Amino acid sequence: MALSNVLELPASGFNFENSARNAVLEDVLGDGKTKTPKPMKTGTTIAGVVYKDGVVLGADTRATSSEVVADKMCAKIHYIAPNIYCCGAGTAADTEKTTDLLSSNLTIFSMNSSRNPRVIMAVSILQDMLFRYHGQIGAFLILGGVDFTGSHLYSVGPYGSVNEVPYLAMGSGDHAAMGILEDGFKPRLELDEAKTLVCSAIHAGIMSDLGSGSNVDLCVITRQGVDYIRPYQESEFKDQRQGRYKYKPGTTPILRENVEPVEVEVMQETVQKMDTA
Amino acid sequence: EHPKMSASQVKGVSTGTTILAVRFRGGVVIGSDSRASIGGEYVSSRVINKLVQVHDRIFCCMAGSLADAQAVTKMAKFQLSFLSIQMESPPLVKAAASVLKELCYRNKDELQAGFITAGWDKKKGPQVYTVSLGGMLVSQPFTIAGSGSTFIYGYVDAKYKPDMSREECMQFATNALALAMGRDNVSGGVIHLVVITEDKAEHVIVPGNKLPKFHDE
Repeated sequence: MALSNVLELPASGFNFENSARNAVLEDVLGDGKTKTPKPMKTGTTIAGVVYKDGVVLGADTRATSSEVVADKMCAKIHYIAPNIYCCGAGTAADTEKTTDLLSSNLTIFSMNSSRNPRVIMAVSILQDMLFRYHGQIGAFLILGGVDFTGSHLYSVGPYGSVNEVPYLAMGSGDHAAMGILEDGFKPRLELDEAKTLVCSAIHAGIMSDLGSGSNVDLCVITRQGVDYIRPYQESEFKDQRQGRYKYKPGTTPILRENVEPVEVEVMQETVQKMDTA
Repeated sequence: EHPKMSASQVKGVSTGTTILAVRFRGGVVIGSDSRASIGGEYVSSRVINKLVQVHDRIFCCMAGSLADAQAVTKMAKFQLSFLSIQMESPPLVKAAASVLKELCYRNKDELQAGFITAGWDKKKGPQVYTVSLGGMLVSQPFTIAGSGSTFIYGYVDAKYKPDMSREECMQFATNALALAMGRDNVSGGVIHLVVITEDKAEHVIVPGNKLPKFHDE
């Protein structure tokens, strides 16, 4: 198989070294009082819709660490290829790294074969990797893209299940978003209708789900190119800061000023030629 | 003791399902519902296609964990296309069923997926095989599987006739699936049927509002 990989694939089977290490650490540190830190999850609403000329992907921008909002402007729509983008829900680190790895491997493939990757290739690679890890990688992904075979939208689950659909929502806010999509979706929507539909779906997730919030990001992918609109719609609950937190120059009075030049002498100079042959 | 093929015991997306395949005069009909669920509580997709084409005249339908079933059928598709190049002829339906059986049997501890394989080949004509969860391979004139199949054993036993015509067989399959979908909560949606004969494999979809209705509806 002529697929070059950035990182070495493991020999075979699953690699659970880290799970074993975590179990040992929990035992050793603090006799059951210390627990491994909970991973940051993107309690999330992500959605995608196939419209007349391409695909519209949408996501909220809140990342939570238990009950605290860790990031109010987190980017959940990841770049995979010039014609493929991926929304990620689940464990933030898993979605980041998985999509990064996929993107790197597809770039190498593009360079080797002088072709833009197809969406189905991205989906297959993800499916293989997630199945191999038996659900331990908590990545719930919505993959959308346009290639010469047309516009495609796929859902990829953490166990490696794949489903091609015309519209989709995932994440903790998916029930709310799905309701909007089921009601408003029609085949061959116009661009504005599609953007409004996805935005309303994400908005429903933001309003009804505690894990989703802040702004709505949209990404429109067509044959001609990509329009990444971040943010598409800002949170209506964002307040203006009442006080100023910057100090004007002169707030702290200067009592005395003393300038001492430091003499620097060149002791040794080495030149190393870089071999660019 | 192998786990039951019930939706609540499968991790991730499961095709708690109703699938069947029936042999008729000159071909086979293979069919399924279109529901995929998570934990038996949420329908994650109401239009999933469980009928996978593993070769020109051989189809499989999947039951159990969707991820496991997709991984196995992908592998089977690859092995069969390689086999058909090596042998310079289309693979036998039994070969396809065997490939799935080997994968299910050798990996029975990790996998939770069962299959029905049906198709047409030149040697034996139309055939139906079932590969269960643990890797048992059996050939039958017709077979039903999945969580919804328990509700229709009586119906299929009473109504099956050997050597049916194509139309009779499609009606038999449609009725059986509709009855199962009516009683099983993790089966539903639309009916996917594929009719495989020597000439072609034809995909027919019976949408929800065109399903046969019975006395209580």
